[in-house]
Amino acid sequence: MVEAAAAPDVRPRGLSPAWACAAAAFLLVAVVVGVMAGPVDLGVGEVLRSIGARLHVPGVTSPLTETEEAILWQIRVPRVVLGALVGGMLALAGATYQGVFRNPLADPYLLGVAAGAGLGATLAIAYLPEGLRSQRALPLAAFIGGSVAVVLTYAVGRSAGRERDAATLVLAGVTVASFLTALQTFVQQQNADTLQQVYSWILGSLPSSGWEDVVLILPYITVATAVILVHRRVVDVLSLGDDEASSLGVDVRRVRLVLVVAATAGTAAAVAISGLIGFVGIIVPHTIRLLSGVGYRALLPLAFVVGSGFLVLADVVARTALAPAEIPLGVVTAFVGAPFFALVLRTSRGGAR
Amino acid sequence: MTAIALQGVSVALGGKTVVDRVDVSVRDGEWVAVIGPNGAGKTTLLRAIARLVPFSGSIELKGRATSTMHRKELSRLLAVVPQDPSTPPWMTVAEYVLLGRTPYLGALAKEGRRDRDATARALARLDLLGYTDRRLGTLSGGERQRAVVARALAQEASIVVLDEPTASLDIGHQQQALDLLDTLRGESELTLVAAMHDLTLAAQYAERMVLLDRGQVVADGTPHEVLTEELISRHYAASIDVVSVEGRVAVVPRRGSARG
Repeated sequence: MVEAAAAPDVRPRGLSPAWACAAAAFLLVAVVVGVMAGPVDLGVGEVLRSIGARLHVPGVTSPLTETEEAILWQIRVPRVVLGALVGGMLALAGATYQGVFRNPLADPYLLGVAAGAGLGATLAIAYLPEGLRSQRALPLAAFIGGSVAVVLTYAVGRSAGRERDAATLVLAGVTVASFLTALQTFVQQQNADTLQQVYSWILGSLPSSGWEDVVLILPYITVATAVILVHRRVVDVLSLGDDEASSLGVDVRRVRLVLVVAATAGTAAAVAISGLIGFVGIIVPHTIRLLSGVGYRALLPLAFVVGSGFLVLADVVARTALAPAEIPLGVVTAFVGAPFFALVLRTSRGGAR
Repeated sequence: MTAIALQGVSVALGGKTVVDRVDVSVRDGEWVAVIGPNGAGKTTLLRAIARLVPFSGSIELKGRATSTMHRKELSRLLAVVPQDPSTPPWMTVAEYVLLGRTPYLGALAKEGRRDRDATARALARLDLLGYTDRRLGTLSGGERQRAVVARALAQEASIVVLDEPTASLDIGHQQQALDLLDTLRGESELTLVAAMHDLTLAAQYAERMVLLDRGQVVADGTPHEVLTEELISRHYAASIDVVSVEGRVAVVPRRGSARG
């Protein structure tokens, strides 16, 4: 028998430096492109010096005019930050749901967040008086709608039987989502004058509203991300199924609740600001998985970083491709994402899986 | 000392009593085979011992009631090798076996030196050191089974409950797996409780057999005492001969006379 002294050190494949660097580089490129792209050409050197001035680097003053400064710091940078937060959150929530529900098709909207947020937003657009229908009321209504939907899903799932397993919850989510979508469609049809506004919210976009929205969602996304990331090893255990995870000492129901609440709160916050951006939550985790073959422990942090970069780039396409018009962000993510994912599927055939 | 003590254990699933007032006690270091026809409640009984289904009655491990234990404490005492373990194809053997250390880690903790050492020992014991970076999806059935046992071993629990541990293996691999478990039992003073279908195979390894039928213990004793023509034909509705080969018991089916 080989004794421990002779045995090699066995380590989990954590986040390998190569993948961490690749993901970080991708995000960096996305941020640079996101900040530079736009109708006004600010110039890389000028932007760098403006950043230097903001950071109080001695001897550096911003060469930009006041208007250019405002474009950079009040429009572009906050929008890039917002895109990064939303994209990261959606990808992370998607990966979390896939692990917790052991379902590769799970996306952040699985438990009805999207339908609930959609109903909330539609109600706000249709019935709130013009004055109240401000930038602030819409996200709030969407957030409340999304949260209520998930609570409803949990209630339906719990009442469905003693088992209370993951599959019951997913079915409850489908039920609640269909019901709320029906309500939303009804309200929308009754108020045809607001159709356009509802529709463009549903297709998703990032607002250019400066730092206000960033500040609004930052707490939710920070807490949700932190909670999920500290549990990332447990998600690997959950991928063995409820019974085996239990027999390994995991309180499956409690951990699943914590993870789902975190992922849902983060998603609801993201959706409240950006509308329903599809595809990110599924495509980003799967792309990382197919390319690197890593477990959840490494997948979750990578998903956040890559999701951030992906949505920042998608937003660049959304606002520049048909400038000055904006393409809905949800359309871009699917239009760019689907062929890319098909390519990944093709090239990774039998590879890293 | 008593490793496992069951008193009046019953399990009802969907209103049907699947395990019915079972009293069994297992000594430290014993190898007990749980046998019985399909639907006798073998798997459910094992799941009750591992507290994976609600039960009535009392189950004690090492003198302590499982119902009062924290889930993690229970998992440090008892490891489960399920009949059909999920082995995510992307997971490497090392990662998989490391999961056996979960009961020793806080929800937020990372594996430490001790955990990696225990994992390395388990891998070494099962001759898997050359496989650490292989993905589970690329292993053969026998190799995968070894990885599952290694995970249970890394758990460093003194009681291991196995549900049909050899169901998917050919006779050579069945023998290897059971020989291995027997060796591990001796070295690590493990207590083994295994549900088994193959009576002859079970008889070669188990010191004791517990025969279940319709949730009740109908026989409990050495293989010689339990594997009798009378007991087996009655409870399995089978027509068999029990023969002795150099003192070992073997069950041989008789053709064309199965009883309904």
